[in-house]
Amino acid sequence: MKKTASFLLISALVLSRVAMAGEPVKPGDFAPDFSLKSVKGETVSLSAGETKGYIVVFYSNVCPMAVKYEQRIVELNNEFAPKGYPVVAVNSNDKDVAPGDSYDEMKKLAKKKGYKFEYVYDETQEVARKYGATNTPHVYVLSRNDGQLKVEYAGAVDNNPDDAAKADKKYVADAVNALLSGKSVPVTNSKAVGCAIKWKKA
Amino acid sequence: MNGARIFSLLFILMLYPSAGLNAQKVEYIKAEDLERILAGSGDKLYVVNFWATWCGPCVKELPHFQKVAAAYDPSKVSFLLVSLDFPSQFESKLLPFLKKNKITLPVAAMTETDANLWIGRVDQSWQGDIPATLFFNNARKVRKFNAGALDENELRSIIDNLIRT
Repeated sequence: MKKTASFLLISALVLSRVAMAGEPVKPGDFAPDFSLKSVKGETVSLSAGETKGYIVVFYSNVCPMAVKYEQRIVELNNEFAPKGYPVVAVNSNDKDVAPGDSYDEMKKLAKKKGYKFEYVYDETQEVARKYGATNTPHVYVLSRNDGQLKVEYAGAVDNNPDDAAKADKKYVADAVNALLSGKSVPVTNSKAVGCAIKWKKA
Repeated sequence: MNGARIFSLLFILMLYPSAGLNAQKVEYIKAEDLERILAGSGDKLYVVNFWATWCGPCVKELPHFQKVAAAYDPSKVSFLLVSLDFPSQFESKLLPFLKKNKITLPVAAMTETDANLWIGRVDQSWQGDIPATLFFNNARKVRKFNAGALDENELRSIIDNLIRT
């Protein structure tokens, strides 16, 4: 019995690598769960949800690259939330380094822009650390399988920050569309220029 | 204006290109040009800083690069500032910024909008967050990548350590 249990555990580890502490999660890994306070004052928990998955976006109110992508993130949520993949935007920037990213400023922006997606505050920066997020906007597409959340894609929204119309690789939309049709995600990883996450000063 | 004066003016412009209207000459580069830059030859240390005018911490560290660069022999330590500004803002933001801030170090502006094509070539560990700086001397197989902003002392000490090896 004990043997079976450890065999199952090892199999689980082999099949879906558990990211070691401090190591960024990669496509194929279990996605770290989190419970964070949203701009509506509610606690948002990934594991408590019943969606097919999530589009988790490490975001900033003020980072010009995040601002460039704001409309595209709104559109991703409009398109994919009804299909089971809502956007959850996470702000992990330290308010002392980036005052424009404080919880109050998040609330103001979400209200002004009428964000329909959840916008949550990662005050301790623990979530950004667990995911290994480095910049904004930095996207993780997660799928839910038997209650477990798995990372399916990590990286940029698309391949043209300057001009959405000229982006010919829509990484996030392609990943979610593939998952919705039961296919494997075509590109699981990409890199993009962004604002470094503003870590707390030690 | 007589011929001699025009001649002397041209001569001055030749000697001091920065006296011309375009204080800073920007090289517009694609991913393959970055490859050429990263293949930099000769026994010298290259310091390549990735930045953008829209990036606050980048703008804050630029004066350190200007100041530190002046302290080294350009034949031994060569600096390049690679701007990752949005191409639609090269004219409206980048060029005026360089002029206003009297940036004299060489500047290359990245025109390849698909950053996924080149970020990994700079360093495997780099996710594209800026500022970031790559130091290398290919002749001596020296390479160091720094993600995040550097102050003047940090920059100086990295260079001093690398030119000693």
